[in-house]
Amino acid sequence: MTALILAADNVNVAQNIAFGIIATVMIFAAFSVVTTKNVVHAALYLVVVLAGVAAQYILAAAEFVAVSQVMVYIGAVMVLFLFGIMLTRAQIGKEEGLNNTGWQLGIPVALLLFGLMAYVIVDTYEDQVITEVTPFATEGIADRVLSPFLVPFLAISFILLAAAIGAIVLARKD
Amino acid sequence: MLAVNFLLLAAVLFCIGVFGVIARRNAVMVLMSVELILNAVSLNLVAFSLMNNNQEGQVFALYVIAIAAAEVGVGLAMVLMIYRNRKSIALDELSEMKG
Repeated sequence: MTALILAADNVNVAQNIAFGIIATVMIFAAFSVVTTKNVVHAALYLVVVLAGVAAQYILAAAEFVAVSQVMVYIGAVMVLFLFGIMLTRAQIGKEEGLNNTGWQLGIPVALLLFGLMAYVIVDTYEDQVITEVTPFATEGIADRVLSPFLVPFLAISFILLAAAIGAIVLARKD
Repeated sequence: MLAVNFLLLAAVLFCIGVFGVIARRNAVMVLMSVELILNAVSLNLVAFSLMNNNQEGQVFALYVIAIAAAEVGVGLAMVLMIYRNRKSIALDELSEMKG
């Protein structure tokens, strides 16, 4: 169990420190997303979480996924969110009534869920160490997308097309 | 680096997202919490790809990112339509379809 907290012998210390710092920032920002009273601040904290996830991808030697995360989430999805906030409300600043009346119910649900998942994860991977991080070549992703996962790839293209057309149809004034 | 690190971080993000979905009343903030959940899942997929030394997890993470982009687009279009019709995006006021 102490291995969970302190770095073991055959563990890359710098990687662990970087992981710890980024993870702390991410958890704080994620907590702020769900507790802040300002919708714009929530969107900006969400940027911190998404950037942290991209940094963790780089630590996990998945640089292509990290770049996609930055471009798709921070570049596109966040702009969509900010447009959504701008178009649905005029008020900028603190706002009451962002939470449901029974919002306290979420606390025990989240804690129970986390307890269950933490127990299962720690029980399964108790002291398994990722000794050596070998970066994958990005062409490996291309090989997999274009041969064994080609059908899901085409399905996703169709879903994106349908989502784009559906969003236009929904948001259009007629 | 310990394998549980990534998985526990993803579990924390997932639970915070679940709390946000339950607690928030504003539809845009519920969509943000769904983004937290999806990010936790793709972090898990990348972590498993690292642990098993198999690149397929990264492919799945890319697919999750694509699906999340589609979901946000349609979700925000629906929120805009609801706002146009009702001048409010509070989820507890949308009770017409209640049985």
